[in-house]
This record gives sequence, C-alpha cells and structure tokens, in this order.
Amino acid sequence: MHEDATQTSKTLLGADELVLNMGPQHPSTHGVLRVKLKLDGERVRGTECVIGYLHRGVEKIAEHRTYQQFAPYVDRMDYVAAVSNGLGYCETVEKLLSAEAPPRARVIRTILTELQRIASHLLWLGTHALDIGALTPLFYCMREREEILKIFEKYCGARLTTHAFRIGGLQYEAYDLFEKDVERFCKDFERRIQEYVDLLTGNSIWIGRTRNVGVLSAEDCIALGASGPVLRASGVKWDLRKAMPYAAYDQYQFEIPVGTRGDTYDRYIVRMEEMRQSRLICLQAIENIPPGAILARVGKVLKPPPGEIYHSIESPKGILGYYIVSDGTIQPYRVRIRPPSFVNLQALDKMARGHLVSDVVAIIGTIDIVLGEVDR
Amino acid sequence: MVDESKASQSSDSLKPDAAGAESGPGTPQTADAPGVPTAKPVAPAKPAATKTPVPVQVPLDNELSRRYRERFGAGILDALEDRKQPYLVIDAAKLAEIGRYSRDEEKFELLEDFTAVDWPRREKRFDLIAILYSFTHNTRLRLKIPLAEGEQAASLVEIWPTANWLEREIFDLFGIVFAGHPNLRRILLPDEWQGHPLRKDYDILQQDTPWVRENLGIESGQ
Amino acid sequence: MSPATQALLEFLRSWWVELLSGVVIVAIVPLVAGYVVLVERKVMADMQARLGPMRVGPHGLLQPIADALKLLIKEDIIPDNADKLIFWLAPVISMTAALTSMGAIAFGPSFQVARDINVGLLFIIGISSLGLFGIVLGGWASNSHYSIMGAIRSMAQLVSYETAAGLALISGLLLAGTLRIHGIVEAQEQYGVWFIFLAPIAFFIYVVASIAEINRAPFDLPEADSELVAGYMTEYSGFRWSLYFLGEYANMIVVASVATTLFLGGWLRPFASVRWLSWLDVLPALVTQAVGVYCLIRAGKQPVAVQTKFMWAVALACFALAAILAAPLVGPFRWRFLMRGLHGAFWFLLKVGAYIYLFMWLRFTLPRYRFDQLMGLGWYILIPLGIINIFGVGIAMILESEYGWNRWLALVVTTLVTLGAAFFLLHLNEKRKAAASSAIAVAKEAVAGDIYAG
Repeated sequence: MHEDATQTSKTLLGADELVLNMGPQHPSTHGVLRVKLKLDGERVRGTECVIGYLHRGVEKIAEHRTYQQFAPYVDRMDYVAAVSNGLGYCETVEKLLSAEAPPRARVIRTILTELQRIASHLLWLGTHALDIGALTPLFYCMREREEILKIFEKYCGARLTTHAFRIGGLQYEAYDLFEKDVERFCKDFERRIQEYVDLLTGNSIWIGRTRNVGVLSAEDCIALGASGPVLRASGVKWDLRKAMPYAAYDQYQFEIPVGTRGDTYDRYIVRMEEMRQSRLICLQAIENIPPGAILARVGKVLKPPPGEIYHSIESPKGILGYYIVSDGTIQPYRVRIRPPSFVNLQALDKMARGHLVSDVVAIIGTIDIVLGEVDR
Repeated sequence: MVDESKASQSSDSLKPDAAGAESGPGTPQTADAPGVPTAKPVAPAKPAATKTPVPVQVPLDNELSRRYRERFGAGILDALEDRKQPYLVIDAAKLAEIGRYSRDEEKFELLEDFTAVDWPRREKRFDLIAILYSFTHNTRLRLKIPLAEGEQAASLVEIWPTANWLEREIFDLFGIVFAGHPNLRRILLPDEWQGHPLRKDYDILQQDTPWVRENLGIESGQ
Repeated sequence: MSPATQALLEFLRSWWVELLSGVVIVAIVPLVAGYVVLVERKVMADMQARLGPMRVGPHGLLQPIADALKLLIKEDIIPDNADKLIFWLAPVISMTAALTSMGAIAFGPSFQVARDINVGLLFIIGISSLGLFGIVLGGWASNSHYSIMGAIRSMAQLVSYETAAGLALISGLLLAGTLRIHGIVEAQEQYGVWFIFLAPIAFFIYVVASIAEINRAPFDLPEADSELVAGYMTEYSGFRWSLYFLGEYANMIVVASVATTLFLGGWLRPFASVRWLSWLDVLPALVTQAVGVYCLIRAGKQPVAVQTKFMWAVALACFALAAILAAPLVGPFRWRFLMRGLHGAFWFLLKVGAYIYLFMWLRFTLPRYRFDQLMGLGWYILIPLGIINIFGVGIAMILESEYGWNRWLALVVTTLVTLGAAFFLLHLNEKRKAAASSAIAVAKEAVAGDIYAG
C-alpha cells in the first residue's frame, strides 16, 4: 500500500497539515488497523482508516464449502464473540431451509449467546480502560471472562472459536452442571460489575477522559449505519432482540439501556448496563430450560430451495447480518456477512474530528471493533 | 460438522442415496467412490426418486409494493417475496430516485446492508442488493438492482452516508463503479491489486500473481 | 611528602565520610531501586488479582538481578543521526541528579549521607530538578519527531508541577523555620505534631505534585505506551534505558523522603513529644516480631519445600531485626544511644514505604490524565491553591504570635478558608472546561467539511 503522506493541505494558520500514522502495529488499535490522522497541531482535522490487513476472503470461501462446512469460518470473523456469529449464521440457514430449532435448543442458544455478550463486553472494557490508562480493570475483566470461557470449554470443548451451534439446533446437550455453573457465574457477577463501577464510573479522571469525547448524534448514527451500543448511547432505544426477536429472546424480560449524549462515557454506561441485563436474561433462562430434542431434522445434506434470505442478530458489536443466496446445491451461491464493526468504524472520522490526538485512542476503543470482522 | 447424533436420522426426501459423493470432503466415507472428485463436490446425478428443487418466490402484492408501483411504474421491474421476505427488483436508472423515496417517504432510515451477487451467465450480470430497515415501521425491504457489466450504478452516499464504505467494498470485490461516490478506491484489498475476487470467474489460480510475488515473496496459488 | 599529596591526604581525612557515602549511594541505590521495582510489580499483581514475578528466585526475589543482567547484555542501539555525545550524556544526567540529591537526605538522625547542610531541603529540590535536563536532552538527542514531542511535554509537565510542589513546601517551611533537614524534624518535635496536621492542604498539594514530578500515573502521559507519542525514552534500550528507569525510581525515593521529612515527622515516632506515650517505642520491635511470626505461620502453608525454607529465612531475618530494634530498650543503659538512630531509621523508612505504596496504589487505580487536563490541573488549581495556602499558613502564624490566638484555632480557620478557595478554583476550572469543550464543538464545525471522506 503506498504512502500518501505528502498529500496535505494548508491549515487555518497556513501551516502545513501534519499526517500522523497510527498502526498497523500499535498497542491500541485493537488489531491490524491503520489510521491516518490529519493534524493541525494537536487537533484532528480528519482521519482515514486503512483496513484490509486481515482480509481472508471468507465470503469467497463460503461459495466453495457446504453449509455445515462453512460454519466454523464464521467464528473466526468476530473472534471475540464467536458464539454470536455462529448463532446468526445457523439461524439464517435455518430460515433458508424454512426450519426452526427446537425450543430447548433455542433456550440454550440464548444462554450461551448472552454469556458471550458478557464476555465480549468484558474484553472491551478491559482493553478500553487500558488504553485510557487504568491498568487494573483489564485483569479483573479477564478473571470474569475466564469463568465464561470455562463454561464454553465444558460445553463444546473450545474457548474462543467455539462452533457451538449446528444448523438445526445444537450438537451437544447441555452438560450436567451447566445450569449450576451459569447460575454461580451470574450470582457472582453482580458483585464484580460493582467493582468495575467503583473503579471507573464515578472517577473524575475517567469522566474527564470520556465525557464529550467522540460525540455522535442519533441522526448521524442512523445515517452512518452505526448500530449496537453506539446507537443506543446516542439516544435511540432500539435493540434487535426486542424489535425482531430471534432465538428465545421474546420469552425473557430485559431492559434496553439508552444513553443521552452519545459520547464515550455514555457508551461505557450502556455496555455496563447491557452486561447486567445479559446476566438477568441468563438467570431467567436457566430457571426453565424446556426438555426435548436439541436438533431439528434438517438432514445431513442441506440443499435449500433456490432463493435468498437475509437475517440479522444483535451481536455485542451491533447488527450482524447474513445474506445468503442459494442455488439449490449443497453449497451456498453467495454468503454476504454484514459486519457491525465495519460499518461502525466508518463513524470514526465523524467522531474524532476536533479532538486531540490522545482522544483518538479512546474513540477507537469505544467503537469496539474487531478487525477480524471488519476485514473478514 | 457431521451430524452423527441420533436425532438427525432424517427422512428428508431430498437426501440422496449416493452418500459418498454428497457429503463432501469432511466425511470419512467418501473414499469408496474413486471416480468421484472429493475435493470439489459436484451436483450429483440424482436418481429419479428425488424432486428437483423449486424456487420458493411468490409474487408480492401488498400496500408497500402497490405504493412503489404507483410511484415508479416501470421502474419497479418485479415485486416478489421469498420465504416471507419482500423484495423489489428495480431498474438501475431509477436507483437514486427510489432510494430517496424510500428514505424520505417510506421512512426506511437505515441502509442496513449494500452488496452484490454475480450471476455470470445472465445478461445483466450483477445484482446489487440493498437491504433497508425502517425504525418507524420496524420492517425490512430488499431492493434488487440488476446491472450489466460495465454499467455504472448511482451512488447512495448522498442518501445514506453509510453506503460510503459499503460501495467501496462492492467496487473492490466486484468491480462495479458507483457514479458520484466521493472516494471510490479499494478498501479491503491493496490499492494495486488487479482483479475483483468475488466475481465467479476469479479463482485462486488467477489471483493477482505479480502482486503476491512482489509483496509476499511466494508463488500465488499455493 | 609533596605538598600535593599532603593536601590530598588532608582533604581525604576531613571528607572521607562524605566520599564513602557517595560511593555507597552509587553502589546501593540502584540495587534498592531495582528492588523497589520488584515491590511495585508485586503490589501491582496483588491489586490485579495475580501473583507477579514468581519464577526467578523464591517469590521472584532475584528478578531485579535477572533484569539488570539482561539490560546490561542487551545490544546498544543508537539511532542513526543521533547526537552521540548528548545521547550518551542524557541518562547519565538524569541518574546523577537523582543520586546527588540523595546526598542531603537524612534517613534517620544519624544516617545522613552528607553533612547536615544548612540549605538541605533547597539542595534536594534544586538538584533533583536538574534531572529535567536529562529528559529533554534525551528526547532531543534521539533525533525522532515523537521523542522530542514527548520530551517537551514531559518538560512542561515537570516544570509546572515543580512550581506547585515548591509552593507547597514553602507552606511547610514557614512552620519549620529552617531549611536544614535536622532542623525541620526538630521543629516538628517542638511543635509536638507533624506538619501534615498543621498544613494538610500543603501536604495534599505536594502529594499530587510529586506524582507528576516523577512522571507516574495518573500523570504519565509522556511515557505511556498506548499513546501515540511514545516519549523521550523511545530510542533508549538496554543499559541506557535502565539508567532512566532507575533515575525515576530514585527520584521516587527522594520525593517520598522530602515529604516524610517535612510533613510526616521524619524519623519521629507517632506522638514523639508525649512522654506518657513513650511505651510506643516498643512498636518497631513488636511490629517486626509480628511480621516474623506471620512468616513462620505461612511457612507451614507453602506448597513447595524451597519456599518453606525461604519463609523460615525471612522469619529469622525479621526476628534478628526485632532483636536489634529491641536491644537499646532492653539492653544495658549504655546502649541507649543507639535507640534514636535505629528507631529513627525504622520510622523514617516505614513512612517512606507507606508514601511509596500510596504512589503505587494510585498508579494502578486511576486512569491517565490527558495532557491539557494535566496542565490545567497544575496551573489552574494547584499553583493558585499553593499560593493561597502560603498566605493562609503565614496569616495563621501571625495570628498566633502577634494576636495570641490559639495555634490550632488559627490553623483550622485558615485551612477552612483555603478549602473554600480550593472549591472556588474548582468551580472556575469547570467553567473554563465548559468553555473549552464548546470550543471543540466550534472546531468540529470548522473542519466538518467532507464527512463522506475516508
């Protein structure tokens, strides 16, 4: 990729604009992301993201794999929240087959997905706090995340790229102490969230670093397609789990946290509250997991009728959508993945303008991107 | 990946008898058909017992499609519903107009996704797919825009700014040019890459060999 | 003998103590600083729910040795166009300043390294400020854009907070009446109370300013590694970097010693002037004994045999120390003279340790200030507050001496007035920040332009 660092323009004072390069190797860009900052002194006049360092051609690969063979690939996109990716894909293919997972599978899927949401937000919190300078929350978050990953490991054998779900339901039955483990985690978690709140929420340095930093109004959010906590922090009370419920979400009571100002602090509060709500969903779900089959009869060979389908879920990062075109064969004709991080990252430019260089790090952290998903 | 659990013994009529050729490279029992290439599963020669797959699109005739047809007449080439998801096939020349109408009158505020599909044997090779979502009505709508090779599509950036990177990605991977896009450059692939990978006639042996050789030092196709 | 040799011998005879002390400082302080780093890592680990270095030596006790060896044998990289002489000199200046300022510190009534010079405190503050040259020259000599930016930021931060620290110290000095280290502690003994209780706001200002002085979190923006500009230390690796690093930790000890001397009563035990509380003198020996007993108890619970033996060794050392501390109390009368020295050193080191623990605690709890917020805090709040506090303490002293007010009443009244002024300053700062953020909004509008780009 060629360097166009010489393309600058004159700033207000007639001085040359400085182009500062962040990444692709940088401790705070959360993966291989390159951000070119156009600076006027210390103020950011514009940013340009260079992505594609992690592009693996997943959509092209999908055209040469059967539906089941492609399922592990989707875990590798948003590798921090693999279970959500799997949920979106399996549900989309099930819709394509006009099949539905049995109730028991749906509930267990919900529990695992909500645990994954908590794990993803914990990782976000730890790294975001680390970027802003708080060294300790990272380790506390990793400690909690470890518990969740242990549950995943006991369930399906893998911690990170889980491939937990199958098309039609689940492969593995919930292990014997599954409900107990989840319950113990959830009961413990309330106290832990309080630790993070004590460390950060009222801290005047934290507020000073995050209040009014990276403000995105609701209109801009919708115009730029930002979704997930970014959208909710700007004041739009909308969550796909409530608007178009999938899996078993319509059976549970939970709130949608909403912010007011659309700044980094509000996004922090929204994600903290989302963790609490996920915990409540888990607690409600484990009380009553319906008995029955865990896998629908979709057959070993999947040949969906030709046509297309679009289905999206609320992943921890935003709207994760799958658009699958089938031509009647065992391999999909086209799989398009609508990545929330990719679309949210577009908003970086709008959010970072006018701020100082130190704030750019905070803003990248607050969008919560995973480069695997941005680039696929 | 292979459903070996007892619950999956399905009696699906689409399941063919020749298990060897069907299950793809993942299963252990493909070794018994030497003549069948296991690296690339092909459509099997089906015995007469199985049905040929039929598309499940049905024509769409609801309030929404009627309003669009009223407004744009010939601009709406077709209105269909596939597995309860409505979509309109529209004329590429009317894309910007229809986009503006969708956002302003029909209140589809969010362009949820914008992508393309390549049907190389068709005359209008590409299908641009725009997936719109309305917060007000909580509905989704798909717009399908057939495009010929070399034909330029109108950019939706003015209407939905989120289309900026989405269109760049389509340009990068398919080669479709969007007229009016402020910054139409490659986004995922290196700037000097030759070729558009998501086209159906692009495979690993054809990938940009000079770039790979120069920049990665390997022979492509490995 | 030639007159030159005679003069040399004469010089050595009168100054051999100081020379020896100098050699001892240069030899011992890096080792001590290395172990302070280990303590910091262990404390950090404890606060982060993990264990810290455990592998190198029992419980990681040989970690600093291993780190020092590693840094010594690392390749010495000098950037291409760097000014070689300055590049070599900068960390040396930094370390020298830190070590020299240790010369005037008294770690106890009889453990002063240099003589008790009459400008002790001023000497310490002045010489440790020279370390600034090491930073800015290092940044400049690296010939890297980001290094010089980081060095300039660091320099700006240091200069502002040194001013604030100095103003805070002046308030304490008003009470002490002298710059001599021994004199300051004796003044606290005379007053009967530590100066932290007489001038709490000054202490608070000094705590904040001293953290900024040594570039520690939450004021470590110039050297944080998740920031864009990696700071003046970027191009330094291996031994040169370790000089900077040790200089920083030596500075930490210096700053803690200054605070202890001036505000925390130096080497005085709590309630030093209260005769009927002199039984508190058993505390040092008792505390050390308790630590030894605790080590013995934990020794039984160690998983590995070598760790058990190690805990026994630590317990033994604690008992030995307790014996030494108790000796002047329980031994023959002529050993009494030892007490002041030993116990004084114990209390001093305890207080310095507590102060350093506070530094570490703050580092691992608080996020980092952004540079403009950092400078705002220094110039808009701490410096004005320091000036107001000087007036406050001065007025209190005049009220006491000229108008016969009760000392405590005078000080409480002036402290409350200064607190009121502090809140007023904070309020002003909020207004200023609100104005600044609307300036950001205006700046955003000015550059809004092409939102469709990149």
